[in-house]
Amino acid sequence: MATLELSIDQDVVEASERRGRRLGLLFWIAISWVIFVFAVAIFADVLPLPSPTDMDMLEKRAPFSFVHWLGTDGLGRDELSRVIYGARISLVVGICAPIIGLTLGGALGMLAGYFRGRFESLVVGSMDVLLAFPPLILALAVTAYLGQSIPNLTFVLGLLSVPAFMRVARAATLTLARREFVIAAQALGATHARILLRELLPNVMLPLFAFFLLGVAVIIVVEGALSFLGLGVPPPISSWGSMIGEGRQSLEMAPRLAFIPAIAMFLTVLSFNLVGDTLRALTDPRQGAL
Amino acid sequence: MTENTLLSVEDITVDLPTPRGNLRAVDHVDLKIGAGRTLGVVGESGCGKTMLSRAILQLLPKKAKLSGRVMFDGKDLLQLSPEKLRKLRGRSLAVVFQDPMTSLNPVLTIGTQLIETLQEHLELDLATATRRSVELLAAVGIPAPEQRVMQYPHQLSGGMRQRVAIAIALSCEPKLLIADEPTTALDVTIQAQILDLLAREQRRRHMAMILITHDLGVVAGRADEVAVMYAGRVVERAPTPALFKKMRMPYTEALLAALPKIDAAPHTPLPAISGRPPDPTRPLKGCSFSPRCRYAAGRCHTEKPGLAEAESGEHVYACFHPIAAGAGARA
Repeated sequence: MATLELSIDQDVVEASERRGRRLGLLFWIAISWVIFVFAVAIFADVLPLPSPTDMDMLEKRAPFSFVHWLGTDGLGRDELSRVIYGARISLVVGICAPIIGLTLGGALGMLAGYFRGRFESLVVGSMDVLLAFPPLILALAVTAYLGQSIPNLTFVLGLLSVPAFMRVARAATLTLARREFVIAAQALGATHARILLRELLPNVMLPLFAFFLLGVAVIIVVEGALSFLGLGVPPPISSWGSMIGEGRQSLEMAPRLAFIPAIAMFLTVLSFNLVGDTLRALTDPRQGAL
Repeated sequence: MTENTLLSVEDITVDLPTPRGNLRAVDHVDLKIGAGRTLGVVGESGCGKTMLSRAILQLLPKKAKLSGRVMFDGKDLLQLSPEKLRKLRGRSLAVVFQDPMTSLNPVLTIGTQLIETLQEHLELDLATATRRSVELLAAVGIPAPEQRVMQYPHQLSGGMRQRVAIAIALSCEPKLLIADEPTTALDVTIQAQILDLLAREQRRRHMAMILITHDLGVVAGRADEVAVMYAGRVVERAPTPALFKKMRMPYTEALLAALPKIDAAPHTPLPAISGRPPDPTRPLKGCSFSPRCRYAAGRCHTEKPGLAEAESGEHVYACFHPIAAGAGARA
């Protein structure tokens, strides 16, 4: 009996503690890291950094020093500066591409989930086709025909993320559109546009935004993989993926050249995932209860 | 009906295609309601009450087939363009739904939901609409309405939410309010308050009301006329006093007998209606109530009874073996 009571007490304590710091320490560390990466990337031009493209053939693969905090790469370029300028590319692509997916996929998904019928079949069908198409081939085709550039890369990755956002938006809309408040809005004489924008969008936005953060993490990795394969940003510009790719050549002499951008990417992706997951967990039960 | 008729439902039939076959949710229903009057629609779950209200509002599921005529304020709602119909909803026709937990948008403040409805239909500016919202919330008995307009539905209790839903429905001074089981999801203590609120606002605004419920007790003191529905059909319709004094349909009697009575001795078993309503996808040849009816005999099982008139044209019932006049007092 005594042990039973004790365990109940513990549960109560734990539950109140969990309520106390619902977001958790990890969430705040993750948020801090994301803000830090953003700040450094935005203010890269103002920071006292050596140019990321200036080569110094005498200082190839230099170790950590006061001049080069993270050493230099195989062509004598400052590693820290390249990681920071690389963050710009990774973040721009990593955020713009999911925004394309969010807008296009979100709109298509909501329309499909609300109007149903033939339009829904058409949207879902075309998204299935897009999903079945090998993404690397699409990226190759686009870079081969339109050239290797950041807008093209963003566009391809954005297009590839549309089906996932469409599915999230459609699933959320399907369940919401059957709720009584939608019928109540119709009974009050609301137009379709008003129901979609004012009644459904604020509800669908919560899961979509949480998914957006996870999307950012995925796109950063995919951009890295494409750059690693040489399909990403054109050479003089650095991105985390291309840096890992270049570091691969000197993996035996200076493994840090591949690992430093890899760690930066790992921490950023992990942070976005943590923030996205926490926000999703926060929005889910509230949706269920109401 | 001597006064001018506001809404008349003429021979409405609603068919819903289901994987198990055609489901006749509403079967040739005729109803009339005059301006400022209250019509109670009573029946158990699945008897077509909600589908009837959706048919009046033209908010049936897309696959549903509707035939008949719905005349509202001199206009046939079935012939109206979607745009005209939309303007009529909310402005002249309003609804209060059963569950206030789901009939309010969870992510918008109640103020936003009220203000937008007011702006949509009455074309008020934001300041006027906000003032009107606060007045409306005060009118439906919400304390501290200035603070409440900024709150979200989940910050309000069930009864409060239903009051908000009523405020939204009343916001544009509708001519007809359809209350679809407005108290079913609420505490018993709140039920009477909400019904009194509806009755008070109805008198004040001289609006007609259709009160849909499964509880005969709810309509007893509040409706001018009662229609009892069973398996999609109106089986008895009468002015409230006449219905309670001399009910003819055995189903009405059984419904009334199933109500708990305050003066009954403790632990008195409630006479529940045995059996279940017929499967609406497999309509019976005879009277739909015959399998559960204790008076059923002979042609009850082979023929559908039509609506017959009792003493006056206002009291109609569909039964071959009506309860003799005066017998209703026994129940």
